Amino acid sequence: MNIAEAIRTEAAASRFQISRQAYTDPAVYQLEMDRIFSHCWLYVGHSTEIEKPGDFKTRTLADRSVIFLKDRNGSIRCFLNVCPHRGAQVCRLSEGNARSFSCIYHGWIFENTGKSLSIAEPETYPPNFGEGGRNDLVPVPRFEEYRGFWFVNFDRKAQSLRDYLGDACDYIDVIVDQAATEMHIVGKAQEYSARANWKLLAENSTDILHVEALHPTYLDLVATNSGGAMKRGKMLGKCVDLGNGHSVIERQATYGRPIAQWISLWGDDAKAEIDAIYDRLVKMYGEERAIRMARYSRNLLIFPNLVINDIMSITVRSFQPKAADYMEVNVWALAPKEEIGTPALERRLSNFLEFLGPGGFATPDDIEALESCQRAALSAREAPWNDLSKGFDPKSADKVGDTKDELPQRAFWRGWQARLLSTGA
Amino acid sequence: MRELKDWSRSDIEDWLYSEAALLDEWRLPEWRQLFTEDARYLVPNMAGDPYAPPESTLYLISDDGHHLTERVKRLGKKTAHAEYPHSTTHRTISNVRFLGIGDGELKVSCNFTINRTSSQSGVIDTYFGRQEYKFVQADEKLLAREKRSILSIGALRPHGKLSIIL
Ligand code: FES
Ligand SMILES: [Fe+2]
Repeated sequence: MNIAEAIRTEAAASRFQISRQAYTDPAVYQLEMDRIFSHCWLYVGHSTEIEKPGDFKTRTLADRSVIFLKDRNGSIRCFLNVCPHRGAQVCRLSEGNARSFSCIYHGWIFENTGKSLSIAEPETYPPNFGEGGRNDLVPVPRFEEYRGFWFVNFDRKAQSLRDYLGDACDYIDVIVDQAATEMHIVGKAQEYSARANWKLLAENSTDILHVEALHPTYLDLVATNSGGAMKRGKMLGKCVDLGNGHSVIERQATYGRPIAQWISLWGDDAKAEIDAIYDRLVKMYGEERAIRMARYSRNLLIFPNLVINDIMSITVRSFQPKAADYMEVNVWALAPKEEIGTPALERRLSNFLEFLGPGGFATPDDIEALESCQRAALSAREAPWNDLSKGFDPKSADKVGDTKDELPQRAFWRGWQARLLSTGA
Repeated sequence: MRELKDWSRSDIEDWLYSEAALLDEWRLPEWRQLFTEDARYLVPNMAGDPYAPPESTLYLISDDGHHLTERVKRLGKKTAHAEYPHSTTHRTISNVRFLGIGDGELKVSCNFTINRTSSQSGVIDTYFGRQEYKFVQADEKLLAREKRSILSIGALRPHGKLSIIL
């Protein structure tokens, strides 16, 4: 398909549309792997997942297997999981703790700093054979961190992570600063998938227009839990195009939040705790920012495939396209370290599971909707356009809108198109 | 008055088979009656320790009695879109083992395989693993106080969701 024609706008009717072929065409998927996933910053993991020297996780980013680890000297590193000899995967475990890695094929061994420790029959090679680190593990081209979140970029010439995140940094700060200590990943990732194009999940993650239609069973649960105090209704807040394809919705929370909005289900003891948390935030950040941190929630999309949703709980979600119609999804729970071992964490995890994940009261219905869109997109020839016009004003810059506008989706697609059209990348 | 030690394996098998039938037939409020008011229904995350405490680690499902009742209510609604119209499921239970009696509970494990056909796509997904039950005696009946479904499928791929009750 022609990328330049994938987005269609019609000023007279304030229409903004997307070609449905963009979800189904294998050639588009290939182009995305080349021009988006090989040039954008991709989230790999959180520093608290690898706390001790030797801790490692193997992860897949844009089809590349990588090893995310803390080396014997305490430095966090990331290597391509491929043996410099004849290309077997050096690490065959999904996680663990190791001072070194030895390849099963011919036995080459590597320190967790990436340095070659030994090769098979070294006496049969010339003495300068390993010079210049040519027998070492290959580090990912770029590897940078923002506030505990580590990202990889396969483009050596990419802009810095900080510049890439741009205005999204403030929203990450508002989340991370809620912790009195630091934010910590709790437990392991939920690993699931969807038989749908990855862009459908990107659109869905910053869409609250769908909540009442798609998630009434969740809203019923929330109403029961809060004794009816949490009502559906107009949500105060806004959505913002953060540039580079990133976007956010920030709005008043209509459910209990561990930091810091109490509901009756949690009991009176919890109320005192939650009030104290709120007071701490006011003291540290002033009332305006404290209200934002405590009583507002955020759906944040970092282009192309990272979502940090600070809603009834905090979830970090990344998704890996595997084909035009299939993606793998990994989801983590994030919590302030001071909550670990206290009832506060229990509330946070209960909030998480009520809504989120493959067994929640809402996420399965999201997946059902995405898969439904994917099947229907096969009618693209006769019914070619998806509509994302809500809140679209062709005369405005389209940078800030109401919470239920489709502005975050438009921001995503503009970022997508710009990347696919840039041949210089 | 019947006691926990009076239940034979074939009694337990009958219980498990009728539980499976109620789930396959989508008679969920009746299914809920097989459990105590305060029952827990747990599906640990496959990536972690299946016995890690759900209060401090991320599960896939960690229902207390309240949430289990609400889950049953949800699945009875037409707006539980992932399961409406209902999928077709077949549960097979085998390898039933007594794990012992203690703390007023009879502990049992069994293997399960569930084939689910989506009403929307016709795609068939297979869930399999081990169930662990803790039963209590309630008058003449046996009620489950805990059901822990330990999946052996590695990841929910390509299943994507866990919208049925295991
Ligand atoms: S491929 Fe690794 S040692 Fe040969
Ligand atoms: Fe949703």
